Amino acid sequence: MPVKQNLKKVLVVGSGPIVIGQAAEFDYAGTQACRALREEGLNVVLVNSNPATIMTDGAVADEVYVEPLTLESLRRIIRLEKPDGLLSTLGGQTGLTLSMQLAREGFLEQEGVELLGASLETIEKAEDRELFKETMEQIGEPVIPSQVVTSVEDALAFAEQITYPVIVRPAFTLGGTGGGIAANREELREIASNGLRLSPITQILVEKCISGWKEIEFEVMRDGAGNVITVCSMENLDPVGIHTGDSIVAAPALTLADKEYQMLRTAALHIISSLGVEGGCNCQFALDPDSFRYAVIEVNPRVSRSSALASKATGYPIARVAAKIALGLRLDEIDNEITGKTKACFEPALDYVVVKFPKWPFDKFIYAARRLGTQMKATGEVMAIGRSFEQALMKAVRGAELSLDCLAMPKLQKLSAGELREKILAQDDERIFALYEAVRRGVPLEELHRLTMVDHWFLAKLRSLARLEARLAAEPLTRQLYREAKQAGWPDSAVRRISGQEPPEQLPAAYKMVDTCGAEFEAETPYFYSSPGEEDEAGPFRKRRSTGKPVVMVLGSGPIRIGQGIEFDYASVHCVLALKKAGYEAVIVNNNPETVSTDFNTADRLYFDPLTPEDVLRIAEIEKPAGAVVAFGGQTAIKLTKALDQAGIPILGTSADGIDLAEDRGRFDSLLEGLGIERPAGRAVLTLDEALEAARALGYPVLMRPSYVLGGQNMIIAFSDNDIREYMAVILAGNPGCDVLIDKYLMGTEVEVDAVCDGEDVLIPGIMEHIERAGVHSGDSIAVYPAWNLSRDRTDQLVRYSRRLALALGVKGLVNIQYVIHEGKIYVIEANPRSSRTIPYISKVTGIPLVELAVRAMLGEKLRDMGYGTGLASPAPYFAVKVPVFSFEKLHGVDTQLGPEMKSTGEVLGVAPTMQEALYKGLTAAGYRIRTDKGLLVTVRDSDKPEIAPIAAAFSDLGCPLYATEGTAAVLREAGLKVSVVKKMHQSEEENTMTLLESGKIGCILSTSAKGRFPLRDSVRLRRKAVELGIPCLTSLDTAAALASILERRFRPEDLEPIDISKQMRRPHAGKG
Amino acid sequence: MEQPIYLLLENGSWFQGKHFGAPACPAMGEVVFTTAMTGYLETLTDPSYYGQIVVQTFPLMGNYGVIPQDFESGRPRLTAYIVKEWCQDPSNFRSGGELDTFLKSRGVPGMYGLDTRALTKILRESGVMNGLLTTQAPPYGEGELAALRAYRVRDAVRAVSRAQPEEFSPQAAGPHIVLWDFGAKQNLIRELEARGCRVTAMPASSTAEEILAQRPDGLFLSNGPGDPAENAALVETLKRLLRPTLPMMGVCLGHQLLALAHGAKTEKLPYGHRGANQPVKNLRTGRVSITSQNHGYTVDPGSLPPGAEVSFSNSNDGTCEGIRYRDLPAFSVQFHPEACGGPRDTAYLFDDFLRLVRANRHCGEEREETVCL
Repeated sequence: MPVKQNLKKVLVVGSGPIVIGQAAEFDYAGTQACRALREEGLNVVLVNSNPATIMTDGAVADEVYVEPLTLESLRRIIRLEKPDGLLSTLGGQTGLTLSMQLAREGFLEQEGVELLGASLETIEKAEDRELFKETMEQIGEPVIPSQVVTSVEDALAFAEQITYPVIVRPAFTLGGTGGGIAANREELREIASNGLRLSPITQILVEKCISGWKEIEFEVMRDGAGNVITVCSMENLDPVGIHTGDSIVAAPALTLADKEYQMLRTAALHIISSLGVEGGCNCQFALDPDSFRYAVIEVNPRVSRSSALASKATGYPIARVAAKIALGLRLDEIDNEITGKTKACFEPALDYVVVKFPKWPFDKFIYAARRLGTQMKATGEVMAIGRSFEQALMKAVRGAELSLDCLAMPKLQKLSAGELREKILAQDDERIFALYEAVRRGVPLEELHRLTMVDHWFLAKLRSLARLEARLAAEPLTRQLYREAKQAGWPDSAVRRISGQEPPEQLPAAYKMVDTCGAEFEAETPYFYSSPGEEDEAGPFRKRRSTGKPVVMVLGSGPIRIGQGIEFDYASVHCVLALKKAGYEAVIVNNNPETVSTDFNTADRLYFDPLTPEDVLRIAEIEKPAGAVVAFGGQTAIKLTKALDQAGIPILGTSADGIDLAEDRGRFDSLLEGLGIERPAGRAVLTLDEALEAARALGYPVLMRPSYVLGGQNMIIAFSDNDIREYMAVILAGNPGCDVLIDKYLMGTEVEVDAVCDGEDVLIPGIMEHIERAGVHSGDSIAVYPAWNLSRDRTDQLVRYSRRLALALGVKGLVNIQYVIHEGKIYVIEANPRSSRTIPYISKVTGIPLVELAVRAMLGEKLRDMGYGTGLASPAPYFAVKVPVFSFEKLHGVDTQLGPEMKSTGEVLGVAPTMQEALYKGLTAAGYRIRTDKGLLVTVRDSDKPEIAPIAAAFSDLGCPLYATEGTAAVLREAGLKVSVVKKMHQSEEENTMTLLESGKIGCILSTSAKGRFPLRDSVRLRRKAVELGIPCLTSLDTAAALASILERRFRPEDLEPIDISKQMRRPHAGKG
Repeated sequence: MEQPIYLLLENGSWFQGKHFGAPACPAMGEVVFTTAMTGYLETLTDPSYYGQIVVQTFPLMGNYGVIPQDFESGRPRLTAYIVKEWCQDPSNFRSGGELDTFLKSRGVPGMYGLDTRALTKILRESGVMNGLLTTQAPPYGEGELAALRAYRVRDAVRAVSRAQPEEFSPQAAGPHIVLWDFGAKQNLIRELEARGCRVTAMPASSTAEEILAQRPDGLFLSNGPGDPAENAALVETLKRLLRPTLPMMGVCLGHQLLALAHGAKTEKLPYGHRGANQPVKNLRTGRVSITSQNHGYTVDPGSLPPGAEVSFSNSNDGTCEGIRYRDLPAFSVQFHPEACGGPRDTAYLFDDFLRLVRANRHCGEEREETVCL
């Protein structure tokens, strides 16, 4: 069957900003799909509000709209571009829901656009709980007893009927947002009302809780001719009850007998055939561990996080094949790119085990509720491949960057038996380590199974690891024992520590190939994982395929987490492309299955292994790279610099010493002093007394943080001695003897510069200015390009400083410098000689391929020969505003007040000819919906009060009734504003800020407090309530002022033109720049 | 500490591993690999593996223990069993023990702890080879290698076929099917029983008369081990049974024998098809199904007589996966529609067979015409 004749131009809808439950996997899927579509000669129009993605690159799609993912904006783009088809199944839940709405309202038909991938009927059958259940019952597939309800009363009534516990699942929400397990009436009342509110159609499903059943997933594919295949089965180590996104997952399913496996496989194929899906589909099952009973939990007729995992676990490119199927091709007409010999119509056979381990944000959000349940909380994940389950699990754990190199978690060793039991029952992110600790102590597996329902098979694997650990500790480290330990996944560092002995030998580095077929066919996939003690396939592969070009090793950024997101994958991928273009063989090392960088055809060779010094150096033994690149993989890659440098592997770009110069506070200070550039005064202290003394000397407020920086963790602004006391206690509790840095906090304008330096010249693509004053983490600030508020002199000075600093640090490649302008003076906050969060955004909006230029500079080329000029580039013909996006509704107990510690999970971009329009687009894309027919509640800390009146006045002018707490209200009244006073929570039980929020009268809240974080504080509770009720909550006056300024303009979505940014790419000038 | 054990291949290469299962070393057999990730119990008890040393490419075997209900025959017929790792702590609600004990009790030696992927690659590249499982450490001399090269799996069908006829579901009201047992997997019988058939399993040595004496409504030619061309007498008997009044379905060896009875030829594949993920295309509908397979030989489609047409082909290598006979109510497939282990996607073929049986039974009474597939 050839590609459908009528299709020439296809619109692909992306998934928008990274939020918990919808992360980089959709960039991976979308990018792969766009490439597949273009391979078939189609013109691809891409819409995604997320600028950090690779799919929004001009190189991936023909037309690129970084526009809000709203119905109105999609309608405009469709009218403008007139595509023949809309591919709905690659943009996650967001893309699917939008596509469905466009189809349902008849817009697609009216515009002559065919819905590709899944029909409206298919989507509705899978997505609408009631229809789904009906469909499953019709085809005889069992579902869990459940009922869709639209009111709390009905939920309670049904629960009585099926008995507690029950699970609540809201319809059409991401990653199960708003769901939960209720054990009794009271809990159900709360969870149900929350779920109903979060569901866009006010609908929840109440179902019988089958916690403890095995959770099994199948990724299946179907083409238009009805051919069906299974790509991969997956088994959650954590049984039903913990969201699969928060579960440790193994592939293939490991504890199912063939009878069970085939039963579920047949069911999955039956379901996809009945739904008529054309493309990929994820089927989740619950399987009773004690019988053949099973139930279909969920079906997603689209690519998903699980399909990305399945693709990486098997080598089968699900998104690519799904895209081709959507065009009308049959599975047996699509090539299997991996073997190059077979077709896509087959089922991968694995000869290894894959383990996925989630990455949670609890290291940053120390007050967040850590209990895992039906609502996903992980921001990212790592995957590991091993020849045994133990090996894969060990690799996954050490790759997850938890400061662990095995399953033994030191802090758990201090727990009493009772505490350990409690820890296991707490069902949190550390449960696997608690289980391991219990196994180490000899707690019977049967008891652990009773407590957790984790299958005996997995527990026995933990026991085999624990036994090996005991032998390492007790026995002489023979060759035999060492070999066993290596094959079970122990790194040398752990072997040395546990045994106190040196390894008797070094096993030669050995890597196996992922080939989709269990070695049945010869494959040419450049996709490898380590397998100590076995035959190496990577070395011979490299020899066989050698092009004679020098090899460069690119280190990726590992799992997505707050502060280190998809932007670094964007940079890593572009680095690989630039290296290839420059005549090198590029090898990538990364362990994140959600990314484009770990697609088997991105680099010349992919090593799917943990990013630890030992793992990376073993790869270097095989690859013998001419150099390694650490500048694009975020802190994960930077941390490897020293080890690589010591092993004699040249670091391409800025030297290890240059990186240290920027990171070491003392060295950096003297460098700045020498350059005559100022930075906020500060000092390092060890004790509380020193801290108090330093703070008083510098003058409050001050910024405090531990000198080891783990992503801005424990970074706060202290306004008083009391704050210092509180936070010193927090910091020192975790890290006694650690330096604490105390800096004068300057509340000025924050400005950010990304630059490329070749050692002689510097190119600055543009200057970004933050809407929020310094004090809000740059990742959480709204950033505007070009800076709108800088004088010519100030701009010149920033360019001079940036140039001076880049040259002095010996930067070769990228550098990101953050400045604060305070009382007319420029201060440097920090300089990082590496790729930053803003690189994709600034590259796209300026049209300058920064990563490529940086790579060329690293390789010795000069900027003046690259054709993009030097100095500050001329501004683009529009404004681009980056707006952060948060996942607060998924993280209970986290204070939403912005501060120096980063909290956002993703970002969107607004692009428009004026700053106001761009800001409007950005805020719209980020999901801000301000109801001006409802009230604004204002309650701010004293230091904010002097500035509050004009902002409140703007809202009032728009017709918003004003509400404020006593002190704030007084200020507003004095400014001549009409305001209703609301009591604080401690002032009144009946009528206070909380009850006001619940009353539905409030459309927006502006809340700042001198203190935050602790979940029990009134201010934090108020902000959490706003999150739960879906009321926009602003915690920075600057954000509020910006918002007020665009509300004043009364923009309507239809007034704003979509902008195709792919048309803005700059072409290099010939000759000298 | 376990005793080291070695696998010597006829090309002189050898692997060291650890020993489990029965101590029946040395054991000589044809070394083959299967890529199925589940279904090791079905593999262990599939009589088609007679005379072979089976290597599992998926590294973890025995995870769900030993479940007798899942056996495909009374006992394992393979010569030896090679895995990367066998599970000492299996887990399944039906599990009745672990693999090691099972293999010991059934006299099957096993080897584990070797690089099974490296071994598989050798078999893929050099083709199927004979191998020797031995406790004797290298080096090995020409004598051992010569003995290895000379080894052939012989009289395989006779060795695994049942000795006496056996009846299944004698009270069933449906058609009476004679299952000619060349080493049949139990699930062939279960599938027929599930469709209401009365089944009589007959020994491979049965004569045409003995089979006809059963007054079968249909004849089922089972799977089985060994080189199909070795079964000359059997093929002769089968020729005498070909008739418009006796619908036939053949699976695996049964498929090959039916082709041989029509004068076609079989040939050895370089390393066979063994696994649960083989795509086959129905040439009439264009539909592709994923199938369970276990065969080392294939029918040469060029040798088929007119009146026989290839109905299925393997999507990976294009080999013949099924034949339809236009002038007889007979068809056969190289793969295993009865699954166990593996996908059940082609179980509909049993329905096709039953339709053929019923149609011919009906016409048979009127003696008018033969209905072919």
